[in-house]
Amino acid sequence: MQSTGSAPNIVTSAERIRARRKKAIRRDLRLNWAVYVMAIPVVVYFFIFYYIPMGGIVMAFENFKIRKGILGSEWIWFQNFIDFFNSVYFWRLIRNTILISVYGLIYSFPFPIIFALCLNEVRSRKFKKVTQTISYMPYFISIVVVVSILNDFCKSGGILTQIAALFGDTKGALISRPEWFRSLYIGSNIWQHLGYNSIIYISALASVDQELYEAAYIDGAGRWRQTLHVTIPGILPTIVILLIMRLGQMMNVGYEKTILMYSPATYETADIISSYVYRVGIGDANYSYSTAVDLFNSIINFLILYVANRVSRSLSDISLW
Amino acid sequence: MIKRTSGQKAFAVFNTLHLLLLSFIFIIPIWHVAMGSISDPMKLSAATGLFFVPAGQTTLGGYRLVLQNPSIVRSYLNTFIYVISATAFGTVLNILAAYVTSRKDLRYKGPLVLMIAFTMIFRGGLIPGYMLVKNLGWLDTRWSLIIPGAVYAYNVIIMRTSFAAIPDGLSEAAFIDGASHFRILTSIILPVSKSIIAVVALFYGIQHWNAWFNAAIYLKNRNLYPLQLTLREIVLLGTEQSIVADADGQDVMIYRPLIKYCTIMVSIIPMMLVYPFVQKYFVTGVMIGSIKG
Repeated sequence: MQSTGSAPNIVTSAERIRARRKKAIRRDLRLNWAVYVMAIPVVVYFFIFYYIPMGGIVMAFENFKIRKGILGSEWIWFQNFIDFFNSVYFWRLIRNTILISVYGLIYSFPFPIIFALCLNEVRSRKFKKVTQTISYMPYFISIVVVVSILNDFCKSGGILTQIAALFGDTKGALISRPEWFRSLYIGSNIWQHLGYNSIIYISALASVDQELYEAAYIDGAGRWRQTLHVTIPGILPTIVILLIMRLGQMMNVGYEKTILMYSPATYETADIISSYVYRVGIGDANYSYSTAVDLFNSIINFLILYVANRVSRSLSDISLW
Repeated sequence: MIKRTSGQKAFAVFNTLHLLLLSFIFIIPIWHVAMGSISDPMKLSAATGLFFVPAGQTTLGGYRLVLQNPSIVRSYLNTFIYVISATAFGTVLNILAAYVTSRKDLRYKGPLVLMIAFTMIFRGGLIPGYMLVKNLGWLDTRWSLIIPGAVYAYNVIIMRTSFAAIPDGLSEAAFIDGASHFRILTSIILPVSKSIIAVVALFYGIQHWNAWFNAAIYLKNRNLYPLQLTLREIVLLGTEQSIVADADGQDVMIYRPLIKYCTIMVSIIPMMLVYPFVQKYFVTGVMIGSIKG
């Protein structure tokens, strides 16, 4: 490689590579031009409806004025972020967002797994099928209806308010009290998503090797030991993957439900970053500030997902990418 | 069959009971609303707790009021328009995207897949999305509910996984016979992919039937409201003046709770009728999604 004679060789091999690539491209176009034509509407759609809004994020670094547009507005760089960090609501929003998602994770993550395990122990196929079908039902109901029913149950005289009164809480309608907001939010989420979230575990359970159970039985393991040593290890990869995905959604507490459920009376515990973005952005038309808050939220989310995936990969070889 | 010990029998009984209780909890909120919707309005406004049976004399009067109400009927029709057109548009684009990204010999497949999959991790967010619709001039038009949010990367990925699992031999043979890609898609891929197409159309359909948020930020014209937004006004915001005006005058305040229950029922009945039949497709979709997420 050091000798002068090899220089022309390098050129020719580079040329050869280029020629080969050109040929491959030509071949690809000849065979697949129709596929690329089909790709055009897809690329155009994703560009307009996903990538243009991503570009719109630069608003976060501007003092955006509608009249001046994105290109003409004044650049203020990190001022919106600094304003947010210094805002009186900053710690309240961070606290509410983290608490509702951590509690949500702790309480709602195990239920679908337990439900799937219980269903797995049922011998009657028919009972299993019917129970499972009933469990999906709430998933098909809209958030507006779920919150409507929740309101009905938690008004004064509603069934949940009555039950709380039985346990000595007689301060009235649960829906308008901050100390109840998180429980109601998470509880109704569990009600709505338990059956749907269990589908994946039920199918994972069905694919656990039956011979392992027989082997465990021959070794003298009872049902409980079989569950502990065969079933749970069998569905562990599924559990870990779903856990990582959940962690990636940590700060993504859905604003749609919060907006329907909360009221100024419950902001103290209910207001989260995304509902604040909505109120400030759409309500007060404070576009660049709320875009900055939204971006901050997305970045934190992405970091959590990245760290969770790294930790999982080093502990168990299970990874999203 | 292996003989069960008494401990196992006790567990089986306990397990069955607790699953029954769980089913009860899943059903009872809907049952409560259904019973409320056929209750006597006079009894209803004073009633508390759960309705296991209708309060007072059973009546369908509430449904009559609701179905005579022009804003409910109009928003019902609007929802049908949105669900059908957005689902059709989204599913067709989804099929194209899935076909393109499932071709194994495509040179620029990688960038295309990346472009689509990246939108699962990162998006522009609320305000940039709103500005886009505003700049397109779609505020207060039906387009704002039909086109944005019509295609989701997740659904493209599950359909692509399913298309990619179809044996290559089929389309290769057709290709050698001179069939175009369009023909391969329509006469080879689509006929064997009916269930995944049903799954994806179902995901889109349910999503559009239940959607309210985009309508709330994009629409001011009440004539364009979808059902969920009208429902929100009637049930959650209590701004149902139009209903009060439509009914027969003074006594109408007493009908409010009844009308709330009836409106909820009217919005969920189609879903409740359809879901037992479509839920098996649904399960398929979730399982394909879990193979390659």
